[in-house]
Amino acid sequence: MNIAIVIGALIFWIAAWSVNEWLVRREIKNVTLNNLTGIAVPVIFGITLLIIWEGITRGFNVPTVLLPPPSMIGTRLVASVPTLWADFQQTFLKAVLIGYALGCGSGFLVAILIDRSPFLQRGLLPLGNFVSALPIVGVAPIMVMWFGFDWHSKAAVVIIMTFFPMLVNTVSGLTASKAMERDLMRTYAANYWQTLFKLRLPAAAPFIFNALKINSTLALIGAIVAEFFGTPTVGMGFRISTEVGRMNVDMVWAEIAVAAVAGSVFYGLIALIERGVTFWHPSVRGGRT
Amino acid sequence: MFARLNEGKTFPVLLILTLLMVIWYGAAIKLNTPWQLDIYQRGDITEWTTTQFISDTLNQDRPVLPSAHQVFTEMWNTIVGKSITSKRSLVFHAWITLSATLLGFAIGTGLGILIAVGIIHNRAMDRSLMPWIVASQTIPILAVAPMIIVVLNAIGLSGLLPKALISTYLSFFPIVVGMVKGFRSPEQIQLDLMHTYSAGPMQTFFKLRWPSSVPYLFTSMKVAIAIALVGAIVGELPTGAVAGLGARLLSGSYYGQTVQIWSALFTAAALAAVLVMLVGLAEKLVIKRMGMAT
Repeated sequence: MNIAIVIGALIFWIAAWSVNEWLVRREIKNVTLNNLTGIAVPVIFGITLLIIWEGITRGFNVPTVLLPPPSMIGTRLVASVPTLWADFQQTFLKAVLIGYALGCGSGFLVAILIDRSPFLQRGLLPLGNFVSALPIVGVAPIMVMWFGFDWHSKAAVVIIMTFFPMLVNTVSGLTASKAMERDLMRTYAANYWQTLFKLRLPAAAPFIFNALKINSTLALIGAIVAEFFGTPTVGMGFRISTEVGRMNVDMVWAEIAVAAVAGSVFYGLIALIERGVTFWHPSVRGGRT
Repeated sequence: MFARLNEGKTFPVLLILTLLMVIWYGAAIKLNTPWQLDIYQRGDITEWTTTQFISDTLNQDRPVLPSAHQVFTEMWNTIVGKSITSKRSLVFHAWITLSATLLGFAIGTGLGILIAVGIIHNRAMDRSLMPWIVASQTIPILAVAPMIIVVLNAIGLSGLLPKALISTYLSFFPIVVGMVKGFRSPEQIQLDLMHTYSAGPMQTFFKLRWPSSVPYLFTSMKVAIAIALVGAIVGELPTGAVAGLGARLLSGSYYGQTVQIWSALFTAAALAAVLVMLVGLAEKLVIKRMGMAT
C-alpha cells in the first residue's frame, strides 16, 4: 500500500473541486470566455476522476485483474492499435453503420407510408411503443442462427433495435405541425407531398433527430451484445468476451474506451447535424441543446 | 358497427396482430421448407399432400423459425407444467432475472434521486457532472456488463449482486436526467412564493420540488425498469449459462433449441410489459392520491 499516492490524488481532487467551485461562481461577461469555462469545468472533473482512479488503484495496490489504472489501459490502447482498428472496422463500420442506416431508413419510410392511414397509425403506434420497451437484444441469438456469424447477423439485430424508436418518433413528429400551419398550406393549394416536404417533415425534424440520437447508442449496444452469441474471430464484442476469459482486463478496458469514444463521436456528429438542420428550434436558438 | 370499431384503438391493434400472426406462419412455412424437404428425401418419402407438408413444417423439432403455437406450447409447458423449483421451469429462470432487475432498479432509483438532489443544490456539481452523465448515455455501457460479472466473480462476489449492479448502472441515468428536470420544474413564481413564506431549502425541497417532480419520477422509472431488465438479461450471458432468462437464450443458441430461445424471448417481453404496466399503475394511483390527476 502506498498512502502517499492516495493522499496526492485526494489533494488533487480537493484542489480541482475548489477550482471548479471558483469557476462556476464567477460572473463572466465575455461570451467566449464563458463558453470556455463551460467546457473547462467538466473537463477538469473528468481529469480528476482519472487521477483518483489512478491514485486509488496504485495506492491500494488493487490487483490489475480487478481494475487496471488508466495509464496501463492507455499504454495497452496505444500498443494494440491494429487489433482495435480491425475490431472497430468489423463492428462499427460494418454492422453498426449499415444496420443503423437500414433500420432508421426503414422506420422512417414505414412511418411515411402509414401516415396517410389513421387506422394503421392507431394500430401500429401502441404496438411500436410496446415493442420499444421490450428487451430486443434478446433476438440476437436468433439472428446469429439465421444470418451466420459474420456482421450480417449483427446488422440485422441493429435494424430491429433501431426500427421501432424511429417509427414511433417519426409518426408523432408528423403530427407536430399545428392545424393553423396546415390550413395555411391548404390555402396555398399545396398537395399532400408539398405539405409533407415543406411543412410537416421540417416540423418533425426534432423528433426524428431524437430517434437518431437514441438509436446511435442502441445500435452500438446491439452490435456488441450480438457478438457475444457468436462471431468470426474479430469484433469488439468478441474481443471483450474472450479477453475477459483470459483475464486481460486492460485490453477489455481499451476496447471499452474505443467503444465509448466511437459512441460519443457518433452521437456528437448527429447532434451537430441536428443543430444545422433544426436551426429554427427554440432549444437550438437559445444556445442550449 | 364497423365505423365504431374503426374509431377505437383495440380493433386496429388486433387487426395488425392478426396480420403479424399470418406473416409469422407464412414465414415459418417458407423458412422451414428446405429442411423439411431434406427430411422427406432422407426418409424416402416421395409423395405428400400439401396439408401434411405444411403441418410438418410447422411442427419440426428444431425449426429455423418455430411457429407460434410451438412457442406458446413450450411456454405453457415450462411455465405451468413444471414445478417452480425445477431448473426447467421458466418461472424459476424468470424469477432469477426478475430479482436482479428489481434489486438493481431499486438501487438505481435511489442513487439517481440522490445524485439529482446533489445536482440541483450544487452549481459546481451541476456544471461538472451533468455533461458526463449525458455523455455516458452515449457509451455502450452494456459492453462493460460481462466484465463486471467476471471480475466480481473473481473476487468472490457472485449471484444476484453483480447482475443487479449492471441493472443499477443502466437504470440510474434516466432517473438522474428525469429527476433533475423534475426538481427544476417548479416555476420561479412558485419558488418566490416559498421564499415569501420564508421557507428554508429543506422545506422548499420537500413541500415544492419533491411533489412537483413526482410525474417526472414515474416517467423515468418506466424507462429505467425496462432497461434494468435488459441489463439483468445481458448480465446473465457471461456467467456460463447457469440460470436466468439470459442463460436460457445463450444455452438455446448453443444447442440450436430455437423453440427455447423464442419462449425465453417472449417471457422476457411479457415480463417487461408487466413491469412497465405496474409502474404505470403505481403512477396512476399516486398521482390520483396527490390530486394531480387531470
